[in-house]
Amino acid sequence: MRVNLTVNGRPQTADDVWEGESLLYVLRERLGLPGSKNACEQGECGSCTVRLDGVPVCACLVAAGQAEGREVVTVEGLADFARRRAEGGCAGGSRDPGDCSGAAADAACASETPSGAASGGATAAGVGLDQARAWRPKPADPAELAPIQKAFIDAGAVQCGFCTPGLLVAADELLERNAEPSDADIREALSGNLCRCTGYEKILDAVRLAAARAERAV
Amino acid sequence: MAEVTRTPVDISQGSRTRGGIGESTPRPDGTLKVTGEFAYASDLWHEDMLWGHTLRSPHAHAEIRSIDVSEALAQAGVYAVLTHEDLPAETKHYGLEIPDTPVLAQGRVRHHGEPVALVAADHPETARRAAAKIRVDYVELPVVTDEATALAPDAPLLHPDREDGHADHVPHPNVLHRQPIVRGDAAAARERADVIVSGEYELGMQDQAFLGPESGLAVPAEDGGVDLYIATQWLHSDLRQIAPVLGLPPSMVRMTLSGVGGAFGGREDVSMQIHACLLALRTGKPVKMVYNRFESFFGHVHRHPAKLWYEHGATRDGRLTHVKCRIVLDGGAYASASPAVVGNAASLSIGPYAVDDVDIEALALYTNNPPCGAMRGFGAVQACFAYEAQMDKVAVELGLDPVEFRQRNAMSQGAVMPTGQVVDSPAPVAELLRRVKAMPLPPERQWETAGGAADVRALPGGLSNTTHGEGVVRGVGYAVGIKNVGFSEGFDDYSTARVRLEAIAGEPVAIVHTAMAEVGQGGVTVHAQIARTELGVTQVTIHPADTQVGSAGSTSASRQTYVTGGAIKHACEAVRARVLELGRARFGSYHPAWATAELLLEGGKVVTDGGEVLADLVDVLEGESVDIELEWRHRPTQPFDRVTGQGDGHVQYSFAAHRAVVEVDTELGLVKVVELACAQDVGKALNPLSVVGQIQGGTAQGLGLAVMEEIVVDPRTARVRNPSFTDYLIPTILDTPTIPVDVLELADAHAPYGLRGVGEAPTLSSTPAVVSAIRAATGLALNRVPVRPEHLTGT
Repeated sequence: MRVNLTVNGRPQTADDVWEGESLLYVLRERLGLPGSKNACEQGECGSCTVRLDGVPVCACLVAAGQAEGREVVTVEGLADFARRRAEGGCAGGSRDPGDCSGAAADAACASETPSGAASGGATAAGVGLDQARAWRPKPADPAELAPIQKAFIDAGAVQCGFCTPGLLVAADELLERNAEPSDADIREALSGNLCRCTGYEKILDAVRLAAARAERAV
Repeated sequence: MAEVTRTPVDISQGSRTRGGIGESTPRPDGTLKVTGEFAYASDLWHEDMLWGHTLRSPHAHAEIRSIDVSEALAQAGVYAVLTHEDLPAETKHYGLEIPDTPVLAQGRVRHHGEPVALVAADHPETARRAAAKIRVDYVELPVVTDEATALAPDAPLLHPDREDGHADHVPHPNVLHRQPIVRGDAAAARERADVIVSGEYELGMQDQAFLGPESGLAVPAEDGGVDLYIATQWLHSDLRQIAPVLGLPPSMVRMTLSGVGGAFGGREDVSMQIHACLLALRTGKPVKMVYNRFESFFGHVHRHPAKLWYEHGATRDGRLTHVKCRIVLDGGAYASASPAVVGNAASLSIGPYAVDDVDIEALALYTNNPPCGAMRGFGAVQACFAYEAQMDKVAVELGLDPVEFRQRNAMSQGAVMPTGQVVDSPAPVAELLRRVKAMPLPPERQWETAGGAADVRALPGGLSNTTHGEGVVRGVGYAVGIKNVGFSEGFDDYSTARVRLEAIAGEPVAIVHTAMAEVGQGGVTVHAQIARTELGVTQVTIHPADTQVGSAGSTSASRQTYVTGGAIKHACEAVRARVLELGRARFGSYHPAWATAELLLEGGKVVTDGGEVLADLVDVLEGESVDIELEWRHRPTQPFDRVTGQGDGHVQYSFAAHRAVVEVDTELGLVKVVELACAQDVGKALNPLSVVGQIQGGTAQGLGLAVMEEIVVDPRTARVRNPSFTDYLIPTILDTPTIPVDVLELADAHAPYGLRGVGEAPTLSSTPAVVSAIRAATGLALNRVPVRPEHLTGT
């Protein structure tokens, strides 16, 4: 079957998708976006967390067909997504639901991104399917990271890093909803994301750091 | 041949302001990892690649009468189906220490999930469905599951024709390895004891549960060889096992490390490496294999489950008289690292205590349970759970505070190990206990909010809302442990480093090339820090690890910063000497200071120890590069005597202490670990941020073993019952408490920079500290981990 969806602001089409394929498989193996990770593929570890129409979901539990016509944000598009939110007053960025309700609007906002404007997730914007599949890693400019990405690096919350993409998407969504989360709030929001390396202390530090920096910036 | 894409890349990092040893430099691969750009092994991709899949045995012990692959091979999209008959070389087995593991089962399977056949197809689902059409005629055999069945007179022999080096020294062919240690006269010392306390303990089978599944990409090369991109802990160990099975010289198997999503010992053994290469060579196409989580539980070895019997004696004034112990480890169907685990369990079995009279026996069994091998703590974890429970019990018998009792018996520098080895570097055991005890305790009734109501999230059971504080009791427990660093028992434990210094775009750059596996521990960070410190440059590039440079040894045994870090330090020193030679030749006649021995490289310049700048490095190099590769070894160790266990077997020891605070809902048997404080001596913290991260991560794994983690093997069938993250539970952020860490830095004069391996020690003492705290809260004996609700409620 054919699946049409918008990923990190860019309309994408995947052909010959087998009915049993997950959104995670389509992202990783068909659209050249391997940032969302494949750790358990049964919704237990959160490594594949993406936003589907703004809602954090385990991409492994979403059938590819369920994503038809919907908006997906992955870790590759997180920096761009966060920048748009901060600049444009869209949805979470304004922290005012009345201002711009729902993440569909977020994603629609992000989809106005001019081609090639994305930073860390350069594959996300303005890249054709063949190019996307031939993805090759390259360091992004640290100056263009989302605040939560910077905080994870600075706090030492990245060790092997396999859980990091899912945690970043989940933590970014938490801070969008709740700018000053308590430790209990952070633990609750990230309880669906397993990390085997860090003992979670530095992940808590990272979320606290991102929240504190946002507060200072206001 | 199309180019491989999604491959590892150089990692560069420059910093004007920081980045030498002792600083909390951020990871150079951090940006790649937070943007999703880091190429983990499961992310690899090649134009025209196929997907490999493994058919595994549903039985733990069975004879294979026949295998029919015809129907599988006939499926559209299937390119190859392989069984043991398709193996190309005489060598059909591999193994870390003993080559007893079949690449594909031949005639017999010995554990549930053993690989039987392989499929390559154009889609992973095609491969899975084709594998399901392979017809294997099994005849089930009786299973060997524990010591009683393994050593029974009519027990089936797991490896009847074994010829390994331990075969002549074991009491039964199903005993894989046995190490006794006898020192002093435990029987005589027993007579002096005022109290004698014995106990039996048991640990379940823990899994490393690294998040990145076993994955890799094998690409056939035009010369008939193969290029393998792989997540592993030791490229050269894999290579040594892979090449003979493929019938290729090692030079035709070129391996490159891909991004590794955690390891913890679970990637020391070969998993899908050989299988992917076989499929690639057979099909002539690149083959990618990625285990799903279910398969990952079958694809790597686990921590040895153990049964332990201990007897401690002590005098009324709180001095240990003797320790006797017997440790039985279940090695499972194949040897893996079991012999070394036995050596560790035996030599570290009495813990960080000074006891002259000991009688120790540790052994590992062959059974039909899943194979067990390396996992963080490696034999020391099992012993620590038992000896620390014993220390609490003796303290109770004597009416002494458990920390005070431990401190009275704590070893210190100059102590003699049960193996006769003298501990010749700091061993601050009593100090670590003092520090961890001195940390402030979390407030009583910590679940109460300012308004006096209960925040159920902070209570046992959490949002399950099972209690609002009624029936909840608190307990505090302590434990301390000792772990060896590096490979022991005479192993030639070396590492190789290649360091190049050259000018790029007018700036001196150090390029570090080793075969070290970065598995998340942060080796790449400290390698760059060492190069900056030694060469006085800011820009360092870490070359991807591959087999084009000599072995770095394993990323395990807490050894990489010591050994590969040591190799880089020494290679840098050689580069520096060469640079100064060049400088003397070029500029020596212009300034007499070039003749002094005390020249330094700092800030990209050659300077005197008085700070006078002699030249820019770029000018000294003058377009040349200085490139040096060398091997570096720590001081040698000795094997343990087979009868007495005596020998200077270990390189270095590492120590950590924990204090656990738990709250238990005694009605439902639910445990909330409120805090797990740790104090550890790291010798020298090359990167304090990373050190603390390692300690906290190790602590969390110990917590997992204490209260939730266990691979459940059916004792009747030896089948694994919970191979998924739904049923094998690892701690979440809700299960893991605050972990305050107190880092002590007492330099080891024998180690580079005085450092001490960090990674494993915190995993040891975390488990017994949590269980001790649960005992304190409930008054129950609790001799088995993980502690389950039914153990607490008696139901």
